[in-house]
Amino acid sequence: MRLFAFLLATILPVAATADERVTDFTLDNGLDVVVIEDHRAPVAVHMLWYRSGSADEPLGQSGVAHFLEHLLFKATDTLEAGEFSATVARNGGEDNAFTSYDYTAYYQRIAADRLDLIVQMEADRMRNIHLTEEDITTERQVILEERAQRTDNNPRSLFGEQMNAAQYLNHRYGVPIIGWRNEMETLDREDALSFYKSHYAPNNAILVVAGDVTPDEVRALAEKHYAPIPAEPTLPPRFRAEEPVQNAERRVIYRDPRVAQPYVNRSYLAPERDAGAQEKAAALTVLAEILGGGQTSVFSEKLQFDTQTAVYTGAFYSGTSLDRTTFDVVVVPAEGITLEAAEAAMDKVLADFLTEGVNPEQLDRIKMQLRAAEIYARDDVEAAANRYGRALTSSLTIADVQAWPEVLQAVTAADVMAAAREVLNRRQSVTGWLMSEEATQ
Amino acid sequence: MIRALFALATALTLATPLRAEVAIQEITTPGGINAWLVEEHSIPFTALEIRFQGGGSLDLPGKRGATNLMVGLLEEGAGDLDARAFTKAKESLAADLSYAITDDTVAVSARFLTENRSEAIALLRQSLVAPRFDAEAIERVRAQVLTGLRQDEKDPRSLAARAFDAMAFAGHPYASTHEGTIESVSALTRDDLLTAHQGALARDRLYVGAVGDITPADLCALLDELFAGLPATGAALPEPITPAFPGGIHLTEFDTPQSVILFGQPGIDRDDPDFFAAFVLDHILGGGGFESRLMQEVREKRGLTYGVYSYLADRDLAFWWGGSLNSQNERAAEAIEVIRTEWQKMRDEGVTEAELNDARTYLTGAYPLRFDGNGPIASILVGMQMQGLPTSYITERNSKVNAVTLDDVKRVATSLMSPENLTFIVVGKPAGLPAN
Repeated sequence: MRLFAFLLATILPVAATADERVTDFTLDNGLDVVVIEDHRAPVAVHMLWYRSGSADEPLGQSGVAHFLEHLLFKATDTLEAGEFSATVARNGGEDNAFTSYDYTAYYQRIAADRLDLIVQMEADRMRNIHLTEEDITTERQVILEERAQRTDNNPRSLFGEQMNAAQYLNHRYGVPIIGWRNEMETLDREDALSFYKSHYAPNNAILVVAGDVTPDEVRALAEKHYAPIPAEPTLPPRFRAEEPVQNAERRVIYRDPRVAQPYVNRSYLAPERDAGAQEKAAALTVLAEILGGGQTSVFSEKLQFDTQTAVYTGAFYSGTSLDRTTFDVVVVPAEGITLEAAEAAMDKVLADFLTEGVNPEQLDRIKMQLRAAEIYARDDVEAAANRYGRALTSSLTIADVQAWPEVLQAVTAADVMAAAREVLNRRQSVTGWLMSEEATQ
Repeated sequence: MIRALFALATALTLATPLRAEVAIQEITTPGGINAWLVEEHSIPFTALEIRFQGGGSLDLPGKRGATNLMVGLLEEGAGDLDARAFTKAKESLAADLSYAITDDTVAVSARFLTENRSEAIALLRQSLVAPRFDAEAIERVRAQVLTGLRQDEKDPRSLAARAFDAMAFAGHPYASTHEGTIESVSALTRDDLLTAHQGALARDRLYVGAVGDITPADLCALLDELFAGLPATGAALPEPITPAFPGGIHLTEFDTPQSVILFGQPGIDRDDPDFFAAFVLDHILGGGGFESRLMQEVREKRGLTYGVYSYLADRDLAFWWGGSLNSQNERAAEAIEVIRTEWQKMRDEGVTEAELNDARTYLTGAYPLRFDGNGPIASILVGMQMQGLPTSYITERNSKVNAVTLDDVKRVATSLMSPENLTFIVVGKPAGLPAN
């Protein structure tokens, strides 16, 4: 224990200095800019994040945010279809994009001295895309193939989709990011352009540039290419239908002949990180580690070591979200254990935990690992760029991102138990069984 | 003892002025262990990548899956620590210790803080030299392996990989998964695991790359401590195999909406003088992401897939030219037809000057981007050593890419591309698939 205390004392200041690499400013047109310096390699990551994702889509058009993301690689006023990526590749760079509930992001990774060209092209496609009917027809097939690959071919994904749909009665987090197949099939050019025109604007975007760059260089590039784009005056307010109070537990049973290993998944509606108020989310982050963060977690101890009830257990919580998120628990039963028995064992572990409380040594080990994670994270500037982009599109601030390690370190056993008692309430949960068709359970 | 202090800062002059500033030191410890080191003192941790050549291919007859199960147990108790005590010790040090296996290697990846380096290394050493293989741990990990094997039997991607391996590598360890079968894994004993441990973790097949906050002298001492006590020599490696590609389409029916398609044909050895020409050829065909011909023809023009890729496979005991895609059942036949057409077209006509130039600028420009963190650099260092490449390869590699001419690519396209051997493995319920 003495060694342990010594380590904590020496590592803390390191974590506190890690944020000096970050600079931020805002252009007159509302574009927020974040610069993260890391001069170890002559590489830069350029990311443009829009504060719009699948949860911002109009009713009946699920998947349009992601569809539009694909279509941004087609033509603009000055570039031919495919020319954006081809130009990045010709300059030795890599590019891609991704869509989630709360954001759509575009990124390029390239030699730092090629940034000017990249910034120019990304700024161009913020306002100037040109879509043909043929683009729409072909790319719609591509997203349907993508859905087949990610979801329809994978019973675990289909089950997760049904779990989410059951968890969110009213909020768009219940609709899959890639879209429901029946709605994806009807997405057209007008849907894509309408989403584009209303959401793709500098005052709805965050530019994150990380790597071998200085804030002055990035400011000059942003002023040159992004500043001329006017702010969109009619930017839609970010309205999300709120989830009502859940007062009845829900159950999902998904059967699929492709399931070889059944399991139980429980999700609880849970609060997210909020600007200036991240304490509860920090406690839930620690709670997920305590309950299901590996070999020494409570679930692993009780269901994999003390008894052979499960072959795998886990607990998951991701607090970076604009609206209410979920806290998830998974138990994969051992051979010969029914889903019913696995679920009962899971509930007994949770009930016992709520009476027994937190093991202080386990809490110390988790905090040590969180601290070390801050050091290891400095080796990966692209991951840092992602952290800032995800946080800022979820209504958090740079100050929140930088305070997060300290907020995590400040979590007490009492905080964890208070969060656990609030969230681990079966009346605000969905319990799902993933089963094979044969119903051997 | 430092045999040579070899610092190099490369200057890639042609397409991009980007420099890969990787100063590699080649080290031989007093105990005789060779390692490559890049010192990087700005962050107080070290990334250490260790590879033991051999991996799953070392399984003895009838003991398929023994090496895999053994590797799964390295972190499940060692020395006087049982599984839970070992994990608690690791968590208290905030060290990342991970153990993985492929057909060719046992890979150990470690990240540890400078402040508690010696404690972390002592723990890692216990797991490598003195794993316990407790009965309780064996049964727990065995159950996890069996769960994975049962899932694989209903997963189209795993089914496709198995069908591909069985076809290409009959009679060789590569023909089956190193995870074993439900029967073979169920029958493994503790003695089998001890034998697998002695056979796979030996000093004569050891490769080490280290990057981070550590000096050569400290690394020498660390490595000698880490590996003392491992056997000097391991189990015999299997012979290389030339994979079989009979051509045609081989279907495994499986009820799922989208077919998984793997394809392959004979490849080229990394040591072949034409390797770089083939590498550029593959990049233009299907290795290069969105700009590749296959991606353009199958995805961008026709929307038949979310992604199609090809690659030159270079395993320790075999090489081939492979690729993969998924395509919904009603469209899979067309996707295969397009790939066959492109294969024939590139064989007959080669590539254009513009395609070659684009491939060169991409490949030479993207290469230095790989060296962007301690962990990634450590992996590159150990990979280069396993391939028998000198440290100077980092500076020479781009000139080899730039030296490839249009004639080279055309010659290799004609000699290497073999539409009659191009073989498709399909798992799904595709409609209208042409007969072989």
